[in-house]
Amino acid sequence: MTDLAQTRLAPFTARSPRIEPVPLVLFLVFAAAPFLAPLSGAEGYVLSLLTRVMILGLAAMSLDLILGYGALVSFGHAAFLGMGGYAVGILASNGMEDALVQIPVALAASALFAAVTGAISLRTKGVYFIMITLAFGQMLFFLATSLAAYGGDDGMTLSSRSLVAGATFLKDDRAFYGFTFACLFGTYLLSRAIVASRFGRVLRGARENPVRMEAIGFQPFRYQLLAYVISGMMAGLAGFLLANQAEFISPSFMTWQRSGELIFMVVLGGLGSLHGAILGAAAFLLLEEFLPEILHAAGAMLSSDLQYRLVENWKMVFGPLLILIVLFARGGIMGLLGRGRPDRQEG
Amino acid sequence: MTKPLLELRNLRKTYGALVVTDDVSLSVPAGEVHAIIGPNGAGKTTLIHQISGLASSVSGQILFNGQDITRLPMHERVRRGLARSFQITSVLPGFSALENVALAVQARSGSSYRMVGNAARERQLNEPAMECLALVGLGPRAHVPAGLLSHGEKRQLELAIALATEPKLLLLDEPLAGTGLDESRRVVEVLRRLRSRTTILLIEHDMDAVFSLADRISVLVYGRLVATDVPERIRTNPEVRSAYLGEGETV
Amino acid sequence: MTATLFLIQTLNGLQFGLILFLIAAGLTLVFGVMDFINLAHGVQYMVGAYLVAAFSAWTGNFAWALLLALPTALAFGLLLEVLVFRHLYDRDHLDQVLATFGVIVFLNQAVKFVWGAAPLNVPVPEILSGSVEIADGLLYPVYRIAIIVAGLAVAALLYVLVSHTRVGMLVRAGATNPQMVSALGVNIRRLFMVVFGFGAMLAGFAGAMVAPILSVEPGMGDNILILAFVVIVIGGIGSIRGAFLAAILIGLVDTVGRSFAPNLLRFFLDPATASQTGRAIAPMLIYIFMAAILFFRPSGLFPAKR
Repeated sequence: MTDLAQTRLAPFTARSPRIEPVPLVLFLVFAAAPFLAPLSGAEGYVLSLLTRVMILGLAAMSLDLILGYGALVSFGHAAFLGMGGYAVGILASNGMEDALVQIPVALAASALFAAVTGAISLRTKGVYFIMITLAFGQMLFFLATSLAAYGGDDGMTLSSRSLVAGATFLKDDRAFYGFTFACLFGTYLLSRAIVASRFGRVLRGARENPVRMEAIGFQPFRYQLLAYVISGMMAGLAGFLLANQAEFISPSFMTWQRSGELIFMVVLGGLGSLHGAILGAAAFLLLEEFLPEILHAAGAMLSSDLQYRLVENWKMVFGPLLILIVLFARGGIMGLLGRGRPDRQEG
Repeated sequence: MTKPLLELRNLRKTYGALVVTDDVSLSVPAGEVHAIIGPNGAGKTTLIHQISGLASSVSGQILFNGQDITRLPMHERVRRGLARSFQITSVLPGFSALENVALAVQARSGSSYRMVGNAARERQLNEPAMECLALVGLGPRAHVPAGLLSHGEKRQLELAIALATEPKLLLLDEPLAGTGLDESRRVVEVLRRLRSRTTILLIEHDMDAVFSLADRISVLVYGRLVATDVPERIRTNPEVRSAYLGEGETV
Repeated sequence: MTATLFLIQTLNGLQFGLILFLIAAGLTLVFGVMDFINLAHGVQYMVGAYLVAAFSAWTGNFAWALLLALPTALAFGLLLEVLVFRHLYDRDHLDQVLATFGVIVFLNQAVKFVWGAAPLNVPVPEILSGSVEIADGLLYPVYRIAIIVAGLAVAALLYVLVSHTRVGMLVRAGATNPQMVSALGVNIRRLFMVVFGFGAMLAGFAGAMVAPILSVEPGMGDNILILAFVVIVIGGIGSIRGAFLAAILIGLVDTVGRSFAPNLLRFFLDPATASQTGRAIAPMLIYIFMAAILFFRPSGLFPAKR
């Protein structure tokens, strides 16, 4: 059985505390956006789009922690988005609208789900691991569709965003943007610390050569499980944010197609770099948002009927684009920037 | 009469109808360098797998320091002081040589659940790691990614990694395989220097090395131990001679 | 919980299981022999359904439609193989998952582009329409019986092919040890194409057969693909026998389970809670089942490679 994300050579150079350009620029752009957005004339739209980018960036980054650094291809990661989202929805419906209650519950629920499913899934390897994580994701999806009290299949709108210590602080889109930014930045720093730590080193070693790790005296399972739980909790936080951003929760948060999209974002950005995952999420969402526009412009030469059909069927361009990226841009965006993991670069 | 460090009692392993390890009993006292030799396919590597925990045994016992470790998983045995090298080198290719060894040091020093602090910079881990690297002669190559090391260097690295786990017993699977004359002399030197630190059980085909290093030699033929004795007497043992004749090996 | 309803659901479960088997058979072989995770196998099923719908509208005759659809589905599958899949055989599973995911996205949209988003209607062929009385007062649709018969026939055919022909032997050997087969001088690429093409045709056949009784719509292959993967994981990758057993099992568990879970739970809970819990658990049953099997047998029931 082939090992997923097989490493040939992937030096993880212990980066000196010198600040790296890519994440610096990335976070500066995010930080500057709310001040530049009014210039675009569509402030609300830009802020909302970028907020979504940050939220999915957080989810993708949490996946990178176990996928890029641990080689654990979880095809059920969207379940945690659902966990976080439904924690908000269910608690809010029952009178508990404060983030100070909702966030800990979302984190705890995600941690519990990750611990239980991880303990079972991590006993398997390769494609079996993919399948069993997929199965658990599906279970949660079906559970959500059966919750008639909370909208079932169609989902449920939230009456308002979560309160923070009683204040309707998050109602303002700019405040919410800032809150999301803080969450993203905080978890980014936390993830960087984890990856460089003793714990992270064991996780990375287990990705490269699990037998060798055992021969030194480590039991990979424990470390992988802990990483899986942490990753799940981070994605649960993203779920909390997503529910608040959309003011809506639905089982569509956690379809297996969603999980597939998350994997794609991580790979698109470049496995094993954390900020790469955020870039990947940005690229994916922006592409999804603007490809129809691009096609519209590209089809300016065609008759309006054809142009319309071209735009409507943008997914027909999107699909092959995915394939081409997988085939030819293996290191993802970070690889193209020359800063990816060497085993996934071209040439 | 001191307790032996390693004791194998009637150890057996089968793959279906094929008997790979046939009723092997062996006793290795602490401080000894014990070599296992035998024709190819004799089951030597399997025996090492059984002792280290990579392979299970159908029946029999393995006692380490008086404790029955027969059913313990590999990482548990490592924790008790049993280290091994691999016949086909098995390192972490993406990590530097230093980090490979430092990870082994990390396994024995403090908690590896720590999620803060940069592990690659910890002096507490790097210093003992450098020491092990220097001992095997890899000092200057410490920062090279392990995947880029030469075959022989990888073997040295394996030795350094095994040493870093502070083993009571070192299991070496053909440490000299594929080495040239210079290199094999170097490895033999290193092993000689290790005698005081640890007990060594090694599989080897290089007879010069075996006879110069080993205190005692065991001969394994088709999974069965035919003789265990000091080198001089093994050389003259008729069963051993017949097992090797036709192989082109001069004993 | 009437006996009649139980019998009907068992037959439905058997029918569903056989359809699953047809899809899973190709999937498990492709995975077993070529170590290739093909998420796009579900679109083969969808394409089979759409082809039969199109040809049926064109010729007005279901039999002709089927006869035309099968080789077209085969050709389509081979086209995909040449264009996309063959570039992925040497890649790791992650790349395969993503690329075939892209194929799904493309084809679901393409089908919408050609035929629109509304479900297509395929009329049940005259001679197979109506119901037949299979037991006292129990009517069951003739067409569904036809599907069961066809499914079993194909299963039998596959069994003969795989265990009594040279090609079948090569396929079995390839599923157990592909490198060895290649080293023995067998043209492994040609074997791949045969396996792949055959699997694609089986999936297309399954899609064609269900077209009269299910909605032919974009995305119809997605969820059944997941189930097919569950089947091959439970059955053991590379094993047709495993796929057959697992598919029937899953078909029965899912169909009968969904109908009777609330009823069974009534033995333990009050009717209202039983009904609600039953409805919540029913779709999860197969996944719970799979998780349980993988817990005890992490490589499935009959893995070809141990």
